[in-house]
Amino acid sequence: MTRLSFGRKFFLTFDYILLSILAFLCLLPLVNVLAISFSSSTAATANIVKFWPVDFNLKSYTYALSKPEFSDAYWVTIKRVLIGTPINVILTMLVAYPLSKDDRLFRWRKYYSWVFIFTMLFNGGLIPWYMTIKTLGLIDTFWALVLPGAVPVFSVILLLNFFRGIPKEIEEAALIDGCTHWRILWRIFLPLSAPAIATITLFALVGHWNSWFDGLILMNKTEHYPLQSYLQTLVISFDLKIMNVKEAELLSQINNRTLKASQIFLAALPIMLTYPFLQKYFMKGIVMGSVKG
Amino acid sequence: MKGLFRRELPFHIMVWPGLLAVLIFSYVPMAGVVIAFQKFIPAKGVFDSQWIGFDNFRFLFQQPDFTQILRNTLVIAIAKIVAGLIASIGFALLLNELGKAFFKRTIQTLVYLPHFLSWIILGGVLIDILSPSEGIVSWALGFLGINSPFFLGSSSWFPFTLVLSDVWKEFGFGAIVYLAALTSIDPTHYEAAVIDGANRWRQTWHVTLPGIAPIVVLMVTLSLGNVLNAGFDQVFILLSPSVMDTGDIIDTWVYRMGLVNAQYGLATAVGLFKSVISSILIITSFVMASKFANYRVF
Repeated sequence: MTRLSFGRKFFLTFDYILLSILAFLCLLPLVNVLAISFSSSTAATANIVKFWPVDFNLKSYTYALSKPEFSDAYWVTIKRVLIGTPINVILTMLVAYPLSKDDRLFRWRKYYSWVFIFTMLFNGGLIPWYMTIKTLGLIDTFWALVLPGAVPVFSVILLLNFFRGIPKEIEEAALIDGCTHWRILWRIFLPLSAPAIATITLFALVGHWNSWFDGLILMNKTEHYPLQSYLQTLVISFDLKIMNVKEAELLSQINNRTLKASQIFLAALPIMLTYPFLQKYFMKGIVMGSVKG
Repeated sequence: MKGLFRRELPFHIMVWPGLLAVLIFSYVPMAGVVIAFQKFIPAKGVFDSQWIGFDNFRFLFQQPDFTQILRNTLVIAIAKIVAGLIASIGFALLLNELGKAFFKRTIQTLVYLPHFLSWIILGGVLIDILSPSEGIVSWALGFLGINSPFFLGSSSWFPFTLVLSDVWKEFGFGAIVYLAALTSIDPTHYEAAVIDGANRWRQTWHVTLPGIAPIVVLMVTLSLGNVLNAGFDQVFILLSPSVMDTGDIIDTWVYRMGLVNAQYGLATAVGLFKSVISSILIITSFVMASKFANYRVF
């Protein structure tokens, strides 16, 4: 290795600093909101909170967690993640496996594929979609949050491209040994596709966690709102439904700003604790799925 | 023949649950676009509502705010595509120059963060930090002696805020494909360039950039399908009455007209208008991508 020239050193220093600033710009707004959520309402109103809490306290959090609307919404979201994610992943696998076969192994492959691909090219738009779900009687039911998006076509394509990369000889050998396709999918393809499965699981999980519009329009009763739909009503306009004296007392010690901040942070936390651990998988998964030659 | 059917039977069984979901929740709504040609009344349903031909579309194109909304949508969407592309490529090039794997990985984890958060959360964050009276951005700008503009409340700043915050959310995640392309450039090309006396800048110009050019062309082509997608979630959460003239887009208009004002036929017509143009663009982009970049969807 030759010694670095002055120009190169200068550039590298500049590069390290610039990228650090960029990374901090992605983090700092959230740190600011986090600091506000832990600060007293006087400090938040006086506008002196920057990146560290002033008069550290947990009052906003106790209040947020004691609100039934918040805990109900959190529970609806946990339910849709726990039920919706496995449905997404299982249906994706079941569709991707046959569609990854050769035309001569599965003659219908082409027709089925086009039925799925076409949904990426054209859609009926919001109103007919809403009317369909309404006609099926799903409005105000939990299944309206899970069934309409049950098959994420993008994930199907990602996974079937991954399945195609698995050597055919393995499958042929298993078939000769009398393995069924169900067993091949479960015992051979799934273990070999860990990065792709992890990627589509992450997408399904984040998708369900972050989804809010379906909750907003498909649920008439606010107690059926998932977390993000509830947060949306909060971020856009804050309603002051004070129920009792104890709540009123609590509200005098906190204010909208710290309360909003604490709920925003509570909604972001599970995602922040998940995606970093799946980073090496989804980076591989994205490239496999979208940059196919 | 019977043997063949038996052999393929498991495949059919595997496909059908997913196929059923798609038929019900994607294809039934596609058939539902006929509402666009009706004076649709929910109580009468699709079969008994009055057919009015293209009246909804005619009415639509006569609206003065329709051209406005179309223009807003195009301006915001195209600005997002261009700015996002430049930011992602620039970031990937800068990150690729660095050697320390741990530093690179940490930077990546941090810049992916906004991508995984919803626009509801980020909207809440932006509304707080961009507030001219109490936001931290106005404090930081005040530090530099700049008076903070009303990013979310002035119609001249609003589209700029939309584009900038969208780039902020997505530039890191968008860089993944370019980073992958950069690591797959054959190192012997660099060695050859060094032997030919190329310095770092010339290596970047003659090896790195041509190396990622195919993927850049591909991403530009595929983004064609998005020129009518200005980002419903983001605009919906940040839009306010004072910025309607530059911030209202097709999707927010459809939502208001259809689900708030119950003008179902009209809203479906606008949705159909958008869907048809988008699908023409997507198909064009797929055809171009398969021609120029040898790209296949599946």
